[in-house]
Amino acid sequence: MSPVQAPSVYTGGANVIAVLILLAEFGMLRQALIRDQVRLYAAQSGLISVLAVIVGAVRDLPELYLLAALSAALKVVVIPLVLRRLLRGSRPGDSAADLGDIAGSGGLGLATTVLVAIAVAAFGFFAAGRLPVAGGGAPATALSVSVSVVLVAFVLMIHRRDVISQAIGLFSLENGISLAALVVAASLPLILEVALLFDLLVAVIVFGLLIRIHRGRAESLSTTELTSLRG
Amino acid sequence: MTAVVILLLTVPVGAAIASLWLPGRVAGLVTAGSGIASLALVLAAVPAAAHRDLGWLGFLRIDALSVVFLLATAFVYACVAVYSVGYLQTPGPGGAPDRRYARRFWAGLNLFAWSMLAAPVMGNLALLWVAIEVTTIISGLLVALEGTEAAAEAAWKYVLLASAGLAIALLGTIFMYYAGSRVLGPSYNLAFGPLLSVAGRLPHTAVRLAFVLGVLGFGTKVGLFPVHTWLPDAHSEAPTPVSALLSGSLLAVSFYAILRFYQVAQAALGPRFPRDVLLVFGVASLLLAALYLLDQRDYKRLLAYSSVEHMGILAIGVSFGAPVALAGVLLHVLAHAAAKGNAFMGAGVLLRKFGVKRISAVTGGLDLLPWSGPLFLAAILALSAMPPFGIFRSEFEIVTGGLAASANVTAAVLVVLVTIAFFGLSLAANAMLLTPRRELPGTVHVTRGEPSAWIVVPVVAGLIALLVLGLHPPADLTGLMGRAVAALRGVA
Repeated sequence: MSPVQAPSVYTGGANVIAVLILLAEFGMLRQALIRDQVRLYAAQSGLISVLAVIVGAVRDLPELYLLAALSAALKVVVIPLVLRRLLRGSRPGDSAADLGDIAGSGGLGLATTVLVAIAVAAFGFFAAGRLPVAGGGAPATALSVSVSVVLVAFVLMIHRRDVISQAIGLFSLENGISLAALVVAASLPLILEVALLFDLLVAVIVFGLLIRIHRGRAESLSTTELTSLRG
Repeated sequence: MTAVVILLLTVPVGAAIASLWLPGRVAGLVTAGSGIASLALVLAAVPAAAHRDLGWLGFLRIDALSVVFLLATAFVYACVAVYSVGYLQTPGPGGAPDRRYARRFWAGLNLFAWSMLAAPVMGNLALLWVAIEVTTIISGLLVALEGTEAAAEAAWKYVLLASAGLAIALLGTIFMYYAGSRVLGPSYNLAFGPLLSVAGRLPHTAVRLAFVLGVLGFGTKVGLFPVHTWLPDAHSEAPTPVSALLSGSLLAVSFYAILRFYQVAQAALGPRFPRDVLLVFGVASLLLAALYLLDQRDYKRLLAYSSVEHMGILAIGVSFGAPVALAGVLLHVLAHAAAKGNAFMGAGVLLRKFGVKRISAVTGGLDLLPWSGPLFLAAILALSAMPPFGIFRSEFEIVTGGLAASANVTAAVLVVLVTIAFFGLSLAANAMLLTPRRELPGTVHVTRGEPSAWIVVPVVAGLIALLVLGLHPPADLTGLMGRAVAALRGVA
């Protein structure tokens, strides 16, 4: 047992940002309007970029600045714009879910879901805390938090019954993985990071297309009707 | 050899771009040419790859294992490209496909094949992940192509589940990077060769975590239980030529990614742990698929569950670890690609002829389709591992390997479950092909005859390939698989 030490400013700051990222994930889970959910996603992505800049400055990894800029451009600006444009296509007279009110789209009650998410997040945090992993990037606590973010994102995707929330769940899952990458793979060569981001961009376009196809077919954003294929 | 790789990565893209501009008929011929050219390129690489590793080219890396998977992909691509020319000429229940549909179909088919040909030549785990994610994105759009409500549902499920699975695989890849950078320093770029060469010194926990995350993540695309749920929907709702590519090539390419993780995990942790993981996933998938095959009402879903079954067999075969079992696994990849391609192409003819996917609405197939009927029956028998087809040989080798590795119980379970799957497949085939035609109320009147010669020729080619693989695989192919088995055992 090492003697208890006050964390350095860097460790403390990085951990605070990591926890804020997890809180944003919980916010998305309970948010009642898609518009606010998209805003929370943008904020969460912004936090990841801030953390990348801090890690880049402290660990002397200048590529991370460029990565932070690219990632912010894509995840804070482009993806929210695409999602908002999809929402704007809704016409008056559509069901409430189409106008962005998704309060009732959960499969379970909200309180139950949040409790499940807390349990899952705690499990992920403590399980990952046992890993003997110490990278050259952000402090190891952030890795535990990132596992919690990933698991809560899964709860979000399972719980919500509308296509946009499910897509946001997937994108925020990717944010959790970015957080993990900042801990264990901060020095990953830039070219690969850019390939991953480009891939995300293509995925976003395809999700947009599929959401439009779905809306055109089912005239709703809800997935509760998607039950014809089973067995 | 460099020229072969570069051509392989440019010809399908060229065909995709060309098919956006050309009229449908010409685009089909260009696609067929591109498919056959890709197959010829891969075949040209086989003799060389059978004797030495083909080495590096920037981020690209080709060894015997990648050539086996390239061969499976290129073969299905060539067959499906020729087949699709006839398939699109034949009017379906909604009439002949319009120009917009044809343009999207041809461009998508070529791009999809290109992404699957790109994945096995990536020498870098991050780029391998990117290539597999690209296959998801393109095939997701192809699944939605039919424009029905069910197709939209299947495409959404597929893209969402596969992307979530691949996110898990990305986490595994990042842990692999972490393990590699502990030994190779921060400038390490996830290249596969260096990682494997230092695998003995990698930190164990990180590799263990990376392997399990990799199997679960890429396993989503392979269709391993319990993350297979997108597979029957996507396979049954996609245009049938795309189903053939999904089943014959896409699942195999994703399995290739698992094998790369397996190689590293085996070298770092010893064989025990990775084999146990694959055994659990394999037996669970095989069990689920065998039971679902017994009670299917839709023949495209039937074939989809048969894919889950065969992917389970692959995972079990790797878990046996004996050289003969590994040789069986690689042969199984090739034979399954040919057999499942044939089966889906046959299902496409049934769908065009009878207009429904319900097994009970299809009768008298053998009388009404003088060529496709018997060929479909042969494909079903091949899938049920009947001699003299390739899958009989490969499953025989896998079971022999299981007994050699004294995994007697697993080998017995494998045989029992494969037999149950055989019952399911043969009952459905019997109902559709061998019972005399009954015109039930609500079914269309069907006349005897083949829709087009284009859709018979590639199936005959597939049948010949199955016979060659089953009776006497050529020496170069055996040499190629010998090298790939050595690589999988970590002795190359």
